[in-house]
Amino acid sequence: MIEYRSVAKTFADGTEAVNDFSLVLPSRTTTVFVGSSGCGKTTLLRMVNRMIDPTHGQVLIDDVDIATRNKVKLRRSIGYVMQHSGLLPHRTVLDNVGSVLRLNGMSRKEADRRSQEVLETVGLDSSHASKYPSQLSGGQQQRVGVARGLAADPNILLMDEPFGAVDPIVRDELQRELLRLQHDLDKTIVFVTHDVDEAFLLGDQVVILKQGGEIAQVGAPADILASPADEFVSSFVGLDRGGRTLHVEERDGRSIVVDASGKATGVLAR
Amino acid sequence: MSVASDTIDWLTDHAHWVGDDSIPLRVTQHVEYSLLTVAVASAVALPIGLAIGHTGRLRGVAVAVTGALRALPTLGVLTYFVLLSGIGLKAPILALTLLAIPPLLAGAYSGLESVDRATIDAARAIGMTEWQVLRKVEVPLALPLIVGGIRSATLQVVATATIAAYVGLGGLGRYLIDGLQLGDYPRMVAGSVLVIAVALILDGVFVLLQRLAIGSRAALPVRSS
Repeated sequence: MIEYRSVAKTFADGTEAVNDFSLVLPSRTTTVFVGSSGCGKTTLLRMVNRMIDPTHGQVLIDDVDIATRNKVKLRRSIGYVMQHSGLLPHRTVLDNVGSVLRLNGMSRKEADRRSQEVLETVGLDSSHASKYPSQLSGGQQQRVGVARGLAADPNILLMDEPFGAVDPIVRDELQRELLRLQHDLDKTIVFVTHDVDEAFLLGDQVVILKQGGEIAQVGAPADILASPADEFVSSFVGLDRGGRTLHVEERDGRSIVVDASGKATGVLAR
Repeated sequence: MSVASDTIDWLTDHAHWVGDDSIPLRVTQHVEYSLLTVAVASAVALPIGLAIGHTGRLRGVAVAVTGALRALPTLGVLTYFVLLSGIGLKAPILALTLLAIPPLLAGAYSGLESVDRATIDAARAIGMTEWQVLRKVEVPLALPLIVGGIRSATLQVVATATIAAYVGLGGLGRYLIDGLQLGDYPRMVAGSVLVIAVALILDGVFVLLQRLAIGSRAALPVRSS
C-alpha cells in the first residue's frame, strides 16, 4: 500500500507542482494519475521512489515513511518504466534488463538467466537479447523497459507515460500486454498518463488531477463516467463532447453501438 | 644544395642514429616528457572535469580558468618556473602541464554534458549510486570525447615539448636550439620534421583508441525521438 499524506512539492525555482495531496493506493491494484501537463502527476509518481522528495508531508509504503529509507536501496526495490525506455545505449538488451539484478549483487550468470525469463514474459523474442537498444523499434524498447522494471520482481511498478511515444497500434498492443501481465503478476502499479482512454483501460483506480496536484476526482472508471464530480471532470473525460454518449441502433438483427456524433463504435454483445 | 635535400642527408646520416645525441634517444626523451606531462595533467584535470560534468557545478569557473590557461605563453611560464624551481625536469613538465590542462578539462566536462539527461535519470531511478552513474553510464558514454581531449592535449604537448631543450634538457628541441646556435639549418629542419612525425604517429594511435571507445557499442546512443 502506498499512501500520500498531505504531500506538497515546491521546486527550487518556486514552481508549486503539488499542493497538499493525500491519497491511498491499495496494494495489487493499478492506480492511474491522469491530467494535462503541469498537473504534478509525474512529480507524484517520482515521490514514490524518492527521485523527488516532497517539501511537506510524507509518502508511506506499507506504513513506513520512505523518507527514513535509503534512496538507492528504495529505488532498487521498485520497478521504474519511463517514456523513451531510458535504456542504457552502451549495454545490450540482456544487460539492461539485468542491471537492477546486478546492482542488487546477483551473479552475472544468474542475472542473465532471470533476464531471459523476463524478456519472455514481456513477449520479446530471445534473439533480441544481444542487441543494443538502438537496434530495436520503439515498441520493442518499451518492452525491454518493462522487462527491466519487472526483473527484480518488485512489489511496486512505477510507469511514467511508458507508452506515450509509440504509435497507436503498438500502444494498443503494449496496453493489452500490461493488462495480461498485471493479471498474472499482481503488482501495485502507479501509472502516469495524459490519455484518459489509457487511464480508463488500465486503471482500477483513476485519479484525475487539476493544476498543482489537486484531485478533481478519484474512482473506478465506471464510477467516474456514471457520476462525474464536476464540469472539469465531464469535460476532461469527454462526456461533454458526445464521444462517450452511446446509444444502440438495430441493423440486420444486430445491435450497433453509436456515439452522439453518429459514429458507429462497436457491436453490442449479448 | 637545397634545404630539403640537406635535411634528408642529415636524417639519413648514420652518425645521427647512434651516440648520446642520436635521433632514437631524442625521440624517446621527447615522448617521455610528453607522456609524463599528459599523465600529470590528466591526474589533475580529468577528476576535476568529471566532477564538474557530473554535478553541473562550477562550469563557468572551469570555462574561465581554461580560457586563461590557454592564453598563457608557455615559454614565459617555463622561464618563470625555472626561476622558482631551478633547472631540471620539474619546470618544463609543469609549464607543459598548464598547456595540457584546458583540452583535458574541456573534454571531460563537455563529454559528460553530452550524455542524454534521460539516460542518466533512468540510471539513477533504477537504483545506481552517484558513483555508479558516473562510472557505469556517464564515463563510458562520454569516452569518445574524453579520449578526444587527451588526444588534443597530447598533440599540443608533443609540439611544445621542444622547449625542454631551452632549459638544457633533451628531447627533439635539442636539434632546434643547437641547430640555431650552430647555424646548422638542416639539423633544425630535421628536428621539426621529427616532431611532426612523432605528433602524427601519436595522433594515429589516438584515432584507433577513439574508434575503440565508440566501437564498444554497436550503434550510437538512443536519442529520444
